[in-house]
This record gives sequence, C-alpha cells and structure tokens, in this order.
Amino acid sequence: MIEKLIFYMGYPFVRYALIVGILIALCSSLLGVTLVLKRFSFIGDGLSHVAFGAMAVASVLNITNNMLFILPVTVVCAILLLRTGKNTKIKGDAAIAMISVGALAIGYLLMNVFATGPNLSGDVCTTLFGSTSILTLKIEQVWLCVVLSVVVVVLFIVFYHKIFCVTFDETFAKATGIRADRYNLLIAVITALIIVLAMNLVGSLLISALVIFPALSAMRIFKTFFSVTVCSVVLSVCCAISGMLLSILAGTPVGSTIVAADIVAFLICCMIEKIAGGK
Amino acid sequence: MSQIICRDLAIGYEGKTVVQNINLSVKKGDYLCVIGENGAGKSTFMKTLLGLLPPVSGKIEFHDGLKKNEIGYLPQQTEVQKDFPASVREIVLSGCQNHLGFWPFYRTKEKKYAEDMMKKLQITHLSKRCYRELSGGQQQRVLLARALCATRKILLLDEPVSGLDPQMTEEMYRLIEKINREDKITIIMISHDIRGTMEYASHILQIGQEVIFESKENYLRAHTKRRTLENTGGEK
Repeated sequence: MIEKLIFYMGYPFVRYALIVGILIALCSSLLGVTLVLKRFSFIGDGLSHVAFGAMAVASVLNITNNMLFILPVTVVCAILLLRTGKNTKIKGDAAIAMISVGALAIGYLLMNVFATGPNLSGDVCTTLFGSTSILTLKIEQVWLCVVLSVVVVVLFIVFYHKIFCVTFDETFAKATGIRADRYNLLIAVITALIIVLAMNLVGSLLISALVIFPALSAMRIFKTFFSVTVCSVVLSVCCAISGMLLSILAGTPVGSTIVAADIVAFLICCMIEKIAGGK
Repeated sequence: MSQIICRDLAIGYEGKTVVQNINLSVKKGDYLCVIGENGAGKSTFMKTLLGLLPPVSGKIEFHDGLKKNEIGYLPQQTEVQKDFPASVREIVLSGCQNHLGFWPFYRTKEKKYAEDMMKKLQITHLSKRCYRELSGGQQQRVLLARALCATRKILLLDEPVSGLDPQMTEEMYRLIEKINREDKITIIMISHDIRGTMEYASHILQIGQEVIFESKENYLRAHTKRRTLENTGGEK
C-alpha cells in the first residue's frame, strides 16, 4: 500500500492535488466557525450554486481561465446577498433561495443548450461533485490557489479579533462604534473566495460540507473561540489528507471521500463530547 | 455639563413614530432609569441613542467631548450567544476593540484594562471558563465587564437584571451603583424592576403616551400626588 502511494507521489499532478487540497481545507475551515455562529451557513450554500452558474457561463463563453470569471461574479453575489439579507429575515432567506436555485437552473440550462463536450452529464457531475478535476490541475491554477489561500489566511489573522467581535455580538459592536457592516462584507467576500477555491476540490454542491463540518466538530469538544478555530483547521486538513489518500488508493471520487472523512470526524467528536460530558 | 441632550426627539422604526416629545439632558455622573410598559419604546429609545436607529425627528446632541467609542452598552442576550464557544477573557477583551482603531491586535494596555475590569467585577477566576457554561448572573457580569472595557464615560444597560434571581439582581444593582459612584460613569438603564430603579436612580424617564423626565425626587412627589388624585377620584 505504501509502495502504491509512493508510486503515485511520483506524479506531479498528484502532488499538486495534495498541496491544493490541503490549502483549500485550511482556508475553508477558518471561517466555518463564524459562518455557523452567525447563521450564515446558508449563504455559503447559496454562493456555491452561484459559482456553479458562473462556471457554466464561463465554459459557454469559452473563457480559458474560468477562475478569473467565477471569482468576481461570486464576490458580487456575496455582497448582494448580504445586502438583501439585512432588511428582514424572511426576505433574506427567500432572496438566497431564489439566487442559488436560479443560478443552478440557468447554469444547467446554458450548459445544455451550448453543450461544448460530448459528455454533458459527465461535465455537470464533475462541476457539482468535483470528481477528478483536482487531478487535472495545471501549475498556474496551483499558483492561483496558493496566492488566494495566502490572502485568505492573512486577512483572517489580521481581522481575527474584529471578526470575533462582530460574530459574538453585532449590536454591541455597532453600538460601540465598530463598523460592523464593513466586517460583515469582509466575511462575505472571504467566503466567496473560499467557495471559488474549494470548487476545484469537492465541487460546488459539497463545499458547504467543507466549511461547516470541521467547525461543528470542533465546537463539540472545545470551548473557546481560539481553540475551536485551531481545532477545526487541524481537523479539516487531516480529513482532507486522509480523504485524498484514500481516494487515490481506492479510486473513489475525491470530493465525496473528503466529505465522508469529515462526517466520520464529526461523529467521533460527538462521541468524545458524550463521553466527556458523562463523567 | 450635559453629556447627552435630546431635543423634541421622536423615535420609531422605519419612519413610524413610536414615542415623541422626548426632551432630556443627562449630566456626567447621572443615573437615569428608563421605565415604561412593554412595547412602549424603551429599547427603541436606547437603540436611537446608540445610533443603531436613526431618529424619526428631533435631535440628539453629544456634548462634553463624548465620542462614539466612549459609550458602553449591555444589550439583552441574543440567541447566538447561548451556544457560542468563547472564553470569558475573549469576550471581555472584545470590549476593548473600539479603542484599537485599525490596529489588528490587542496591546498590553488593553489586556491590562480587561484584567482590571474582570477584577472589579470579581470574575477573574472565571477568565478561562466557557461563557455558555456560566450561570445567568455570571454571564451578565461578563457582559458588564465587556461594556466597561468599551467605555470611560457612559454606560447604557438594557434590562440588566432580567432573568436573574433576587440575590443576583441585588448584586448586579450594587455593581452598577459602584461603577456610577466610584468611576463617575453615567448610567442609562432600562428596567422593569421599579423597586430597584427607585432605590438607585437619580433621574427617571418614563416612556409611554406621556413622556416624563424628572429627577427622582420630583418624579416620586408627582407620582404620589397623581396616585392620590386617582384614588380619591375612584372613591367618589
């Protein structure tokens, strides 16, 4: 088995995939805690559908580096969703459902009408569930991913305390003179970045899992914001590595294997909580 | 000198007026209690003062060099906070955030201040504990410490004793009074608990159909007079 792994490691595309996978897992778990606690998880889900729609448009327009198109579109949608979500709760929910389902439908429709390849359902499946696209990364895409991850991590570290403040109590933050709206916007933009990044790894339907599971698992065990954040990053990276290695060995789709690993980690964390709580 | 002056202030949501004709001035070191029935607009008043809601009409003036980042606020607990994984220290420190400006991290000065506030409210021993596992009274003290970190001059409290048992309530009032007396921090507090209010307040703002702003002595005198009038009117 080890031999088989070493054999695969000889290929550059496998190494690229591992690097990109680890970076994506790291970034996506950073904001997970905030998104879950701010009840923003649904925004992540909505945005992933938008990213799918954008990808369909990009492939129809034959844009070679589709990331450059998907990224701005998703960021703009993140800002729009946040704006509408502020007015009243139901309106915001409805707006997100509308945009996300709409983007999904339009995306599929466009891909169908302007079918570029012979295997349409295969293409759609790839975009939705990731499957093998991570193994076909080019070196430019790897670099783009590295740069974006660094941006996300730096932003997160610099604004860590402000993000905490806005997450824990937005009213207090606003009342004491902190520009909470700005930081909400920042959170939405980072979320959009992460989603576009993660689309390569797990596909647009499974992104939310990558964002939410590590955070929820960490929240079972740890009690401070800092430790929860660190733990969810560690968990997420571990699950991504084990998921990718497993998928290489067993030939399973990468995205769903990683998510399965995340689910297992979540269940283990729940058990630990039960046992620790039962004392 | 007055810190806050409201002139013909009308407050409400989305242009709809809830309360109008609020005229008051709050001086440094005052202890103002806001009373009124449920839904009368007490919280709306506080949110307007904090700048979370725009006033429908009229003016709120800040004097005496009072800046936006010198106001502390103890809000009612939110749903999110009930299962929020955060230590007491993290929460108290987050109150210092408004003094950081663009600097991303807490400096020794802020950390020291947060320690002092925890000591003052006797929650130092809890500093590593998880917020969601504390009792209601302890949670309120943590939030009060955070509010104190945010302010040097004025503290707004939205029903600080709701959901606390009588002993905790008494303790909370004593803490607030101590802050008011020793640190000369102006207090503006919403309360349902009339008895506690009357014991500590220096001024009363009654919000409702009729807005009354008086010093406590005058308010009580007028109140007794009104009640006697009502009572004698009832007997006839």
